[in-house]
Amino acid sequence: MKRHLISAADLTRDDALLILDTAEELAQVVDRPIKKLPTLRGRTVVNLFFEDSTRTRISFEAAAKRLSADVINFSAKGSSVSKGESLKDTALTLEAMGADAVVIRHGASGAPYRLANWVHGSVVNAGDGTHEHPTQALLDAFTMRRRLGGLEGRQITIVGDILHSRVARSNVLLLHTLGADVTLVAPPTLLPVAVDTWPCTVSYDLDAVIPKTDVIMMLRVQAERMNAAYFPSVREYSRRYGLDARRMGQLPEHALVMHPGPMNRGVEIAAEVADSTRSTIVEQVANGVTVRMAVLYLLLGGSVPANPAEEDS
Amino acid sequence: MRAYLIRGARILGGARADLSLRDGVIAEVGDGLAPVPGAEVLRADGLLALPGLVDLHTHLREPGREDAETVESGTRAAALGGYTAVHAMANTDPVADTAGVVEQVWRLGREAGHCDVHPVGAVTRGIEGRQLAELGAMADSAAGVRVFSDDGHCVSDAVLMRRALEYVKAFGGVIAQHAQEPRLTEGAQLNEGEMSARLGLCGWPAVAEESIIARDVLLAAHVESRLHVCHVSTAGSVEIIRWAKGKGWQVTAEVTPHHLLLTDALADTYDPMYKVNPPLRTSEDVAALRAALADGTIDCVATDHAPHPVEAKETEWTAAAMGMIGLETALPVVQEAMVETGLLDWAGVADRMSFRPARIGRLRAQGQPLTAGSPANITLYDPASRGVVDATGFASKSRNSPFAGLELPGRVVATFLRGRPTVLEGKLT
Repeated sequence: MKRHLISAADLTRDDALLILDTAEELAQVVDRPIKKLPTLRGRTVVNLFFEDSTRTRISFEAAAKRLSADVINFSAKGSSVSKGESLKDTALTLEAMGADAVVIRHGASGAPYRLANWVHGSVVNAGDGTHEHPTQALLDAFTMRRRLGGLEGRQITIVGDILHSRVARSNVLLLHTLGADVTLVAPPTLLPVAVDTWPCTVSYDLDAVIPKTDVIMMLRVQAERMNAAYFPSVREYSRRYGLDARRMGQLPEHALVMHPGPMNRGVEIAAEVADSTRSTIVEQVANGVTVRMAVLYLLLGGSVPANPAEEDS
Repeated sequence: MRAYLIRGARILGGARADLSLRDGVIAEVGDGLAPVPGAEVLRADGLLALPGLVDLHTHLREPGREDAETVESGTRAAALGGYTAVHAMANTDPVADTAGVVEQVWRLGREAGHCDVHPVGAVTRGIEGRQLAELGAMADSAAGVRVFSDDGHCVSDAVLMRRALEYVKAFGGVIAQHAQEPRLTEGAQLNEGEMSARLGLCGWPAVAEESIIARDVLLAAHVESRLHVCHVSTAGSVEIIRWAKGKGWQVTAEVTPHHLLLTDALADTYDPMYKVNPPLRTSEDVAALRAALADGTIDCVATDHAPHPVEAKETEWTAAAMGMIGLETALPVVQEAMVETGLLDWAGVADRMSFRPARIGRLRAQGQPLTAGSPANITLYDPASRGVVDATGFASKSRNSPFAGLELPGRVVATFLRGRPTVLEGKLT
């Protein structure tokens, strides 16, 4: 595996499977009364969050702590960053503290690549602008694999604001690597120019795609996109691209409904769909911790076994 | 003034000849010339003699951003690059939109003495795109401004652009447009295409440049005035300019060295060294720009030398300043992109980097043929040399060169400004 995890494209098929298998192993720890392993004792993980994202930060924090790493949370708000400190100076500060890994969430696409120039530790991308969010894609793949068995040949449909979605970019790359067939569905305004160069197919017609879908992933659509004329109204968006009970009824029996959160109930997903048994939305959150444990372990832990208790038994 | 005898240079890459420089002019061109008493003899075997280069598009940053560049440092860089004249862009602080500011820049250039500095005047006050600047006053000033541009900003208002084109006809001016439809490029970071889609950076679509050029060539035709298109970057723009020229309209265009050599694929590590406006485009665009420069559709190479301090580039891509420096590498880049590829010979290079830009800028004493009686503005260039670009040695105050670390052909050996050497043996005099 590479030293950093910035793009889902950094992962070979073997890398991705290793992370998913390791996460499967680590999931057992979560079911124990004492949810902690000594694996990363003495290592320091910094959560460097330039954007508010309590969910993702807590997920990484829990993952690092369950591996016994020391965790430093560095939030841009109220720090020297809000006083105009550059990313480089922040990086040099973290470097001086001896960070073994830096988990970065940033509003600018590519910020983790810049950070990687200035720190020696591993850089883990926890979402950068409209670029990527690779651990989200890993936890989505983990969730799908648990529910469906394998991903080879599965039809995955991702619906919504692809243009601005880091989740979509990472998922397209990772799911393709894992052998799934991805279809993107969106109004043409919310698809990037040159989307035809991505390893996936594209459709504007959700109803045509739904009956042959194994997993449907709904992306959050921000109402402010309406003001930039990406679509005429939230209601029209919802009618054409929202997942309501009628559309859910057209899905195959075994199909899953996913959402990376936070949801806009009543916009891209109806409440009854979000709360249905097909929905994996709560499960995705739980899987996030185990997958992030696996990533931190593989980037930092090196050769020691992930779960020493397991080895002993 | 000392006399010089340049021995055995290949004039415009053609026949070997001696050039005798006296009293600021080329006194004689011929074979086996004898040096006049006191003349210094320069052996120029293997060197090309080119007319002193003329840049239509240089950011000298003074007044206002002397931390990035000054007239002194920028013109030193120009001389080292083989330039004898540069046009200093108007987007300074304060903006060059009055006779006072353009005269100040012009005077700073004269005092520095490394090359001629011709200030470009802003088209609109404060380059804000609302009201015309006092174009006539700048034209009549000591600086004698003939090129007007809001470069960095597009004169997007069609009425204002029409009026500007009309107004400058009174004094032989030209409007140099930075073609960028503002609404189509809000937040734009990188050429819109495969790279911007993958990198998740807001796209700068080719159509935002092409639609403005299409409008402007029609306006220029309608009012029978002169339009110059700055830093053409797309294959579609080339087609529109070719069509406009075919109609006989007074349209000229420039291309930068970086758009002749580099593509948007370089953005893949988000290194803002490659962030520039207009953005680097695709290899298809590069091929079209080279062909257009070769066939004359694009008239000239202009550097768009845009110095920025280190901290403006050591950031996230979206936070970084746009622009790259280019004066000290322009000729090697053009050799690499145009001469080594067989698209242009050295006479062609002289035409695109000296004769034509001087004509567009209405400079009488620059861009003249290397014949007896011409002002002695000469660049001696060694095309056989090769080297890795080392930005740390640049005379420019800034280091934002996308060519640093590249191996490029050619080296400027000497530059003469009206018979006086500004550069000898590759070093400032």
